[in-house]
Amino acid sequence: MFHARKLVLAHFWVAFVAFFVAILLGEWQMYIRSPLHAWVNNPEHYYRSVTAHGTVMGYVLPTLVAMGFGYAITEITLKRPLIGLRWAWAGFWLVIVGTLMAAATTAAGKSSVLYTFYPPMIASPFYYLGIVLVVVGSWIWVALMSINLRAWKKANAGETVPLAMYGNVAGAYLWAWTSVGAASEILVLILPASLGLTDTINAGLARVLFSWTLHAIVYFWLVPAYIVFYTIFPKAIGGRLYSDTMGRIAFALFLVFSMPIGIHHLFADPQVGSGFKFVHAAMTAMVSIPTFLTVFTIVASAEVVGRLRGGTGPFGWVKSLPWSNPMMLAVTYAFIMLGFGGAGGLINMSYQLNETIHNTQWVTGHFHLIFAGAIVIMYFMAAYEMWPQLKNSAPLSAGLIRAQLTLWFVGMMVLTMPWHLVGLLGAPRRMAYYDYTNPALHPQAITVTMSTFGGLLLVISAALFIYVLATARTQSAPVAPYSFSKAVHPHTKTPASLNSLGLWVAMMIALTVVNYGYPIAQLAATPNASVPIIPIGER
Amino acid sequence: MTSPIQPGSSADNHQISEDVANAAERRWAIIVILIILSLLAMMIFTGLHWAAMPPSRVESVDVRTLHIKGEFVESNLGTTVEKDGRVVVRLIAQQYSFSPQCIVVPAGTQVTFRGTSTDAIHGFVIGRTNANTMLVPGFVSTFTTSFPKTGEQLMPCHEYCGIGHEAMWAHVQVISPEEFFAKAKASERLNCVPR
Ligand SMILES: [Cu+2]
Repeated sequence: MFHARKLVLAHFWVAFVAFFVAILLGEWQMYIRSPLHAWVNNPEHYYRSVTAHGTVMGYVLPTLVAMGFGYAITEITLKRPLIGLRWAWAGFWLVIVGTLMAAATTAAGKSSVLYTFYPPMIASPFYYLGIVLVVVGSWIWVALMSINLRAWKKANAGETVPLAMYGNVAGAYLWAWTSVGAASEILVLILPASLGLTDTINAGLARVLFSWTLHAIVYFWLVPAYIVFYTIFPKAIGGRLYSDTMGRIAFALFLVFSMPIGIHHLFADPQVGSGFKFVHAAMTAMVSIPTFLTVFTIVASAEVVGRLRGGTGPFGWVKSLPWSNPMMLAVTYAFIMLGFGGAGGLINMSYQLNETIHNTQWVTGHFHLIFAGAIVIMYFMAAYEMWPQLKNSAPLSAGLIRAQLTLWFVGMMVLTMPWHLVGLLGAPRRMAYYDYTNPALHPQAITVTMSTFGGLLLVISAALFIYVLATARTQSAPVAPYSFSKAVHPHTKTPASLNSLGLWVAMMIALTVVNYGYPIAQLAATPNASVPIIPIGER
Repeated sequence: MTSPIQPGSSADNHQISEDVANAAERRWAIIVILIILSLLAMMIFTGLHWAAMPPSRVESVDVRTLHIKGEFVESNLGTTVEKDGRVVVRLIAQQYSFSPQCIVVPAGTQVTFRGTSTDAIHGFVIGRTNANTMLVPGFVSTFTTSFPKTGEQLMPCHEYCGIGHEAMWAHVQVISPEEFFAKAKASERLNCVPR
């Protein structure tokens, strides 16, 4: 790496320290709503905690990891110093200041609107301005990724963009466009109300705008994980990537299909007609295609390794895989959690099945498996892989890493499986406490206790993760420059459409306009839709 | 990836193995697309055949006059049998309770719910059924469902609506159709809130 080392380290450290604080809050929430603890005497504290946990996990952690990892990928794959280092630092500080502003207002009890905002409830303007700063800081990163790729292409006309960089820039563009939804919700609807310029708000329209961000943001979280799958995993287990083209197709399809699907979060809402609900359900089905393709390509890459190591027969190669390798373990855990989470996701997106589980604890179980499970475990691996480069350290302890990953996997399963179960029984989410003396709820008490213990394992795992990173020792000999996985057939001519993102960005924008234009225009014109605001923390 | 590759020039081998890899990849892509298409077909079929549909029409209502006039005045809330024989439940949600707090419905009969909110966003789910909707201020939520079994069900508010959210639970009493229609004859609007 050239000169982004400190920059990447700063992003990772802030991301992971915030992550650790947020996970403590998460575990506290599970504990006080479980039968192990009496009712929380001020439920307001619970909702502050949920707001902080969700804001950090949903915005701060993934944004900082994507940014830091993105800067590292840029220098490693393009083999030249990052252009715009000062701007990158400016973006970093914007994210920090924004996070602190949002955190301070939340701690003061002025912003318990949870991380999805819920207008007509309106928090202090400092909370929203904080979120805006985080987003603006990340937009600087988007611009830098684009500028760096352009400059490299100019200097290396006709060459194929490295796959890791291709995915990285695709993720940046996806984020730029999906954040427009929440940004316009905040700037056009919420901030004017929060600043007292207006005393009504169109809550239905605000929800539709937020849904624009709400689902595609998951794919922004997911891109760094997929970069690890495609460009780090095959090499880490001693092999090569089965297909470079498939990686490009997957990233391009995420760009196109992840945007026009957010209305599937609003299946039970009255302000969107059934036509657009169906269109978004169909699009949501499409967005599973890149994941299906990825699972095939990554398993095939592992199979090649298994067979080279002497495995035979339809399943013999599985046994001969390097199971003591942390990366092998992490990807396996991630795929298992992605499998369960994905199956749940197919139910959520189903036009009809969703009615059973909408807004129950099931949903919390689903997205924790996908994000905190499959994605965050890959964030761990990205950090472990980058660390020797960033700190010039000796290889980290494989034994500790294996223990950390296994604790995370087991903890996540113990946390989320009971949630899925009580969700099917109709347990609502976002409750500060349940009245377990009610005979209908009494049998559910044990599931909340189980989840509390799952959460405890996650806290231990997260602490171990921080410990491994913090105790990495700088060595005197320089670490060999990092390189990403090569493809099995690297000389395939990459088609022009898969060497740039223009076509896919155009499709992304066009599909969003088709799928959101009418519902937004209709809602903006609906009479009576503006309702009085409810200020938070003022009574 | 089973056919062994015969020794030859390495460029040839490379080409052959690449073709094998591409063909396997293409087969998988086709399978994936077929899976997705069949899922979509199932959604369309169940949607049309069982008329299983999420709430559908966009109907707005003025929150400021909700209590004073129109469909959602207090005396009009609860369960009623309309002139055309439909069973309709009208309810409103406000921080932090539903009106009425206890709803009576007949088992095995189509019941239409019409609800709205007077302040924040609320929502409810009834026990283990798929009666599940959001209540957004300014809009009327409508859906039709039926309850197979008699008995009492919990109806919590499932959307965060402020610090009292966790205390917002209502009840639904599912009674036999005979009992229900006998009661409905006696009084115009039914609920089971103790007086
Ligand atoms: Cu409520």
